[in-house]
Amino acid sequence: MHDFNFIQPKSAAAAADALAGAEDGQYMAGGQTLIPVLKQRLAMPTDVVDLSAIPGLAGIEVSGGAVRVGAMTTHAAVAASGAVRDAVPALAHLAGLIGDPHVRNRGTLGGSIANNDPAADYPAAVLGLGATVVTESREIAADDFFTDLFETALDDGELVTRVDFPVPDAAAYVKFPNPASRYAIVGVFVSRAGGAVRVAVTGAGPCVFRQAEMEAALSAEFSAEAIAGVAIAADDLNNDLHASAEYRAHLVGVMARRAVAEIA
Amino acid sequence: MPSISMTVNGQAVTGEVEGRTLLVEFLRDTLGLTGTHVGCDTSQCGACVIHLDGVSVKSCAVLALNADGAEVLTIEGVADGDDLHPMQEAFREHHGLQCGFCTPGMVLTALALVADNPDPTDAEVRHGLEGNLCRCTGYQNIVHAILDGAKRMRG
Ligand SMILES: Cc1cc2nc3c(=O)[nH]c(=O)nc-3n(C[C@H](O)[C@H](O)[C@H](O)COP(=O)(O)OP(=O)(O)OC[C@H]3O[C@@H](n4cnc5c(N)ncnc54)[C@H](O)[C@@H]3O)c2cc1C
Ligand code: FES
Ligand code: FES
Repeated sequence: MHDFNFIQPKSAAAAADALAGAEDGQYMAGGQTLIPVLKQRLAMPTDVVDLSAIPGLAGIEVSGGAVRVGAMTTHAAVAASGAVRDAVPALAHLAGLIGDPHVRNRGTLGGSIANNDPAADYPAAVLGLGATVVTESREIAADDFFTDLFETALDDGELVTRVDFPVPDAAAYVKFPNPASRYAIVGVFVSRAGGAVRVAVTGAGPCVFRQAEMEAALSAEFSAEAIAGVAIAADDLNNDLHASAEYRAHLVGVMARRAVAEIA
Repeated sequence: MPSISMTVNGQAVTGEVEGRTLLVEFLRDTLGLTGTHVGCDTSQCGACVIHLDGVSVKSCAVLALNADGAEVLTIEGVADGDDLHPMQEAFREHHGLQCGFCTPGMVLTALALVADNPDPTDAEVRHGLEGNLCRCTGYQNIVHAILDGAKRMRG
């Protein structure tokens, strides 16, 4: 790892300034992705702007029909939160499936979605609940946030402060984890709110995506049988040493039916 | 170089570090506390697990600067002088170790697990060990040791 200046601002505005003033700056949240990346020299920032000393970026609040989770809230805090478990149990469940206890004690919601790893869990919840990503300057709808492999709608230096998850009538998340890393080989998040159904798939493609055919079938009839006939094409899915594209396509159907069966 | 101070196993310590210095490097190289092991350096194995402000972390994936002002517990701080901690006793009795390389991380993981959940089930122990690899034991005796260690700690 190359050396860097370590900066620990006390406010979001100071963090943005520090990043703007750096030759090549990078925010750090829990460091669970960033530190391994620095070790491999895949990134060599001159300045690391640590977000952990900024008050107000971590915390959970349930109000106005939404679960509001601060960007610096750890996965462990979401998994253990009674308020999250009452409002959206699937969200607490998902957080408790990420990595391992040590990673969950450091890794954060903001870091996970800003990184947008194709196999990460949180993007499925953000998209599957139709959440809103809040930054210093604006609000970004989940449908616009995850744009491509490791790419998001965030501008350079834009800081995620919070995510607002609307409370659905019911939601479930089922994943087929990689047995070593626990990242999703395929994970499917299903939610139902009024007549609207969302089905978000992570792990399978280069970026989390919604499965429109399943959503339409489930809006007509919310049952696992209703999506049994939906064929998933393997064409654009990931094909790597963990699983073939065909296997992932099959898993999308299986995980989706299990998620629906949990809440049907 | 920035200077940091923290409490390690109840003792106040200070030292100079670089931005990139990992907490495990500070513990091992600056403080000489070599009980915390580095098995992989890629966040996979859990040999480097310590407690940082009461929760378990992989110290190869935390910057030393992030522990400035913190309370740290390493394996050296677990026993009471020559008296092993009940969890360490349980590891010894149940053959929860062979070569011992993974053991510091296993014991600190076990202590964090039991602090959260004093009476865990077999399945909860296994789920709690997902971030710790052991190349020797096959895990069975580690699980037995943690269940028994938890029981001893409940008294
Ligand atoms: C062994 C292991 C297993 C894992 N398993 C899983 C798993 O099963 N599922 C899963 O989903 N993830 C998994 N992860 C990833 C983990 O959840 C990470 O914590 C997460 O991806 C990144 O969060 P972080 O807080 O550590 O971010 P960091 O590593 O600090 O940052 C990641 C990126 O996000 C940027 N960033 C951070 N915060 C913000 C912000 N507020 N605004 C804008 N940009 C920001 C940083 O600049 C950086 O580019 C695993 C990680 C490890 C090491
Ligand atoms: S050395 Fe830290 S996880 Fe392996
Ligand atoms: S006892 Fe040898 S690695 Fe676990």
